[in-house]
Amino acid sequence: MTGRTWMHRLAVLAVFSLLAAACLQEDSGGGGGTAGGTEGADGAAGPVTMLGAFTDEDGYFRDMINEYNEQTGAQVEYEGSADFETVAVSRIEGGNPPDILLFPQPGLMADFARRDQIQPLDDKVDRADIEERLQAGLIDLGLVDDQLYAIPVTINLKSLVWYPKKAFDDAGYEVPETLDDLKSLTEQIKADGTDPWCVGIEASGSTGWVATDWIEDLVLRQGGPELYDAWVAGDTKFSDPEIIAAAEHFEELVLTDGNTLGGRTGIVTTPFGDAPAPLFEEPPACMLHKQASFIFGSFPEEAEYGTDYDVFYFPQGEFEGKPLMGAGDIASLATDNEAAVEFLKHLTTAESFEKSRAQEGGTLFAYTDFTADQYPNEVDKRQAEVLEEADSFRFDGSDLMPGEVGTGSFWTEMVSYINNEKDLQQAMEAIDSSWPSN
Amino acid sequence: MAIKIINAILAMAAGVGGGIALFVILNAVVERLPIRWERRIKPYVFIGPAIFVVLAFLVYPAVLTIYGSFFDARGENFVGGENYVALFTDDAIFRAIVNNLKWMVVVPAACVVVGLAVATLADRLSAKWESVSKSIIFLPMAISFVGASTIWGFVYAFRPEGRPQIGLLNQIVTWLGASPVAWLQARLFNDYMLMIVFVWLQAGFAMVLLSAALKNVPMDTIEAARVDGASERQIFFRVVVPQMFSTIVVVFTTVLIGVMKVFDIVRVMTNGNFDTEVIANRFITEIFTFRQFGRAAAIVVFLMIATIPVMVVNIRRFRAQESL
Amino acid sequence: MTTSTPTAGETPGGAAADDAAIKGTQPSKSAPDDRRGSPLVRGVVLAMCLVWTIPTIGLLVSSFRTRTAVTGSGWWTVLASPLDFTQWTVQNYGDVLFNSGMGQSFINTAIVTIPATVIPITAAAFAAYAFSWMRFPGREMLFVLFVGLLVVPTQITFIPLLQRFGNLGITGTFLSVWLAHTGFGMPLAVYLLRNYMGSLPREVIESAKVDGASEFQTFTRLILPLSAPALAAFAIFQFLWVWNDFIHALVFLGALPDVKVMTVNLAELIGQRGQDWHLLTAGAFVTMIMPMIVFFSLQRFFVRGMTAGSVKG
Repeated sequence: MTGRTWMHRLAVLAVFSLLAAACLQEDSGGGGGTAGGTEGADGAAGPVTMLGAFTDEDGYFRDMINEYNEQTGAQVEYEGSADFETVAVSRIEGGNPPDILLFPQPGLMADFARRDQIQPLDDKVDRADIEERLQAGLIDLGLVDDQLYAIPVTINLKSLVWYPKKAFDDAGYEVPETLDDLKSLTEQIKADGTDPWCVGIEASGSTGWVATDWIEDLVLRQGGPELYDAWVAGDTKFSDPEIIAAAEHFEELVLTDGNTLGGRTGIVTTPFGDAPAPLFEEPPACMLHKQASFIFGSFPEEAEYGTDYDVFYFPQGEFEGKPLMGAGDIASLATDNEAAVEFLKHLTTAESFEKSRAQEGGTLFAYTDFTADQYPNEVDKRQAEVLEEADSFRFDGSDLMPGEVGTGSFWTEMVSYINNEKDLQQAMEAIDSSWPSN
Repeated sequence: MAIKIINAILAMAAGVGGGIALFVILNAVVERLPIRWERRIKPYVFIGPAIFVVLAFLVYPAVLTIYGSFFDARGENFVGGENYVALFTDDAIFRAIVNNLKWMVVVPAACVVVGLAVATLADRLSAKWESVSKSIIFLPMAISFVGASTIWGFVYAFRPEGRPQIGLLNQIVTWLGASPVAWLQARLFNDYMLMIVFVWLQAGFAMVLLSAALKNVPMDTIEAARVDGASERQIFFRVVVPQMFSTIVVVFTTVLIGVMKVFDIVRVMTNGNFDTEVIANRFITEIFTFRQFGRAAAIVVFLMIATIPVMVVNIRRFRAQESL
Repeated sequence: MTTSTPTAGETPGGAAADDAAIKGTQPSKSAPDDRRGSPLVRGVVLAMCLVWTIPTIGLLVSSFRTRTAVTGSGWWTVLASPLDFTQWTVQNYGDVLFNSGMGQSFINTAIVTIPATVIPITAAAFAAYAFSWMRFPGREMLFVLFVGLLVVPTQITFIPLLQRFGNLGITGTFLSVWLAHTGFGMPLAVYLLRNYMGSLPREVIESAKVDGASEFQTFTRLILPLSAPALAAFAIFQFLWVWNDFIHALVFLGALPDVKVMTVNLAELIGQRGQDWHLLTAGAFVTMIMPMIVFFSLQRFFVRGMTAGSVKG
């Protein structure tokens, strides 16, 4: 083997492959090089990339996009990543933004908007129409300084309590109407020898969010939406007596000895998706599980709604009224791409929802065009009713707070508090001190 | 699919061939120069691409990051040393620094001890078993941090008392009649639980190098000690280990460099909760979740400063070797 | 080859000794005549081997169990009745390979890894040759630069590199990760290769020059083949590092199906619901296959290449 000749051959080969790769690139748009983007976005047929935190495990969303592409000639491509923030920031800093960003958190969206990294939508979409069709109050999620930067697409409900229907009824328990009822129900279950609650807040990179949901729901129920808004905006501190009182309610209900399967250690170590499993044991190892609508995806496949499990509205507290707390995905535009705007509009149609996330279950549509009876499965129907019965809706507070708090200290301090590393007062003060000053 | 695979092969050939073609072309150009110039220029042609790459992709970005560490979250306003002050006033960051120090002390030492133990003990087994046992210890080196974290997730998993345990360690603990332990949540020792995963991955690397060094210890020094009536233990610590010292230093520094950047294990297993935060993970959180570029830059600059002593030792050792 | 074994650093001829380091064919230090080891030694080694394999076996067993089984009982419970085939399933592997895009990710990982391993080796080999066998001003200073850069944390480059790549319009392309990994791997590559090449006997190079070979010919025909162990050692290192890398691939490439690598895919299997442990186990195994193959086929070079210039007995 003479070094020089084989090196030369390789070099020639390389030049040819470069050329060939460049040619194939044109046709297939993949494999070797750029991952789409803004270039070549001429009119409605240009490629559109969309990034979201939702990973589309069942593929319904992908199918809906494929159908859309076939019908309209568009080239939409979806990129779902559990590390949404990392990918979004990398793509934007790297000058290669996706055309559409599907934010799981309005707080993050607002941050992008203030950095001028996403575009105002007022003159791109019919704001009045969207506002009219949206479920009440949801438009606020997309507003930054009264400009529309994102349009809500889907929501999920957090104020729900799941229970093993049959065992629950057999034991003679009743669905509670108020927080006081819930407290006595908890006592009753405990007296009957079962651990009342199952709680799991472990979630790898985002451990703690389940606990923040609890606090938020209780602030909303005990103090009402006004206090909630002030707290989320940072005007009312975490160490404020009213917030502390709501958290103490959580402590009493969940952290009291014997109220939760596995106690404090069980709560911090149990992955949130594993947490409901004991509901389905024979007999159930716990009776109550507060969790968002999508959790039923983690239930055993053979479990049936209406017999093996059911769900009730996390009951109202001192505040008169039935507020509901939830989260959801909101879509923004990061580039100036006509085709992307078209797809954005498509996402607000009942048709797109029906074909994608409705099939998957566990998610509700943000628009009123899709009514409770249209949901293909019973659980979602029930949830849509809960949504219709509620008199106010508030978005998950930790998703609205600045990132340092909402996806930072609020999570971690709740973990420290539940794990007995800090007392409630210390944890709340620590969160206050992490609130960014500017 | 076929097109994808062809594309993949072409992309690889282009990448690989492009690199080689560069040298062939550069060399051809230089060889056409007058001989005197060729002699002078050729070394730089040979080292040029390597130098260019480290300057462009390591040194230059590093300098920009150091510069950025004196600016605010968005890199717009000069804030002086504020970000560096935050390193020591922000509880979470300070804890990460302390934890990193713990890692830097414990893990390289543990790797050396485990590696040395396996190398020495396996050396006393028959050739076949020596080979098998070493391969087993070496194997985890091929496993990613994310994969290893999954593997150890099944070792440390915790279920409340009375429930079926799915974590191996807690099954053993409950067999022995004790209560299950939340290994990753117990502040007293959870850092060490994470370190075990790292040692499990890297001990094989230490073992292989130490084993090679062990085989190179001259037999006559051992025989001489034996004749003098030294015990096996004395021979090991007074004769064998001192002669392997330079290898031990190499292993220690290599593992140390890896430890300072440890990130994936912590990210996946605890995400820094329960007081297990480390610098590299904190950096990722600050930069991508909080978008605090200035502070993130300060964190990583601090990490780099922490590596300077290792850098100096490395350079000294290199110089000493050269002058042999 | 016992007492007079030349140290690995000085001659590649010592290769057999290093092979022995893994294969254990060389006589031992302690009891040259009888190497069966005392029961205590054998017991300790066996215990360590168990500790090193059992976690991986747990993963392997779990990867063939159903989702409910994985979260419902310990993997060791199946050992009570291993022949009860109703408890086994290959569904997890089917799902991972065909429904989660792992097949495409496998190809993407290969596209990332192979050039990201070969390009730095090429550049480093030329540089190491120059550092070892050519005389030029600034030689030592430049080499010290590489030694110093060995310890620089690569995260320091994230944002500036992203922005420069953005200016060049190459973020999200394979070229960007190739370049980044080439930069990150270069110091170690130059360092290892120079140590090895520097230990080659001078006469070999001198005689080639006498025969009228140019520097380029000497390098490609003589030095490169002789340096195979060091090239292989670095190749293993870089291959494992790039193949198993998660954060750089996520940051520079992203998660579009066309460019998504296996580690990113694996991290996603954890999923939003957090609970697909059964898929995670199968996915983890799929990602481990290739590194294992590379590792075992090249490991015999590993010690020889790594220890040049550092192991001086």
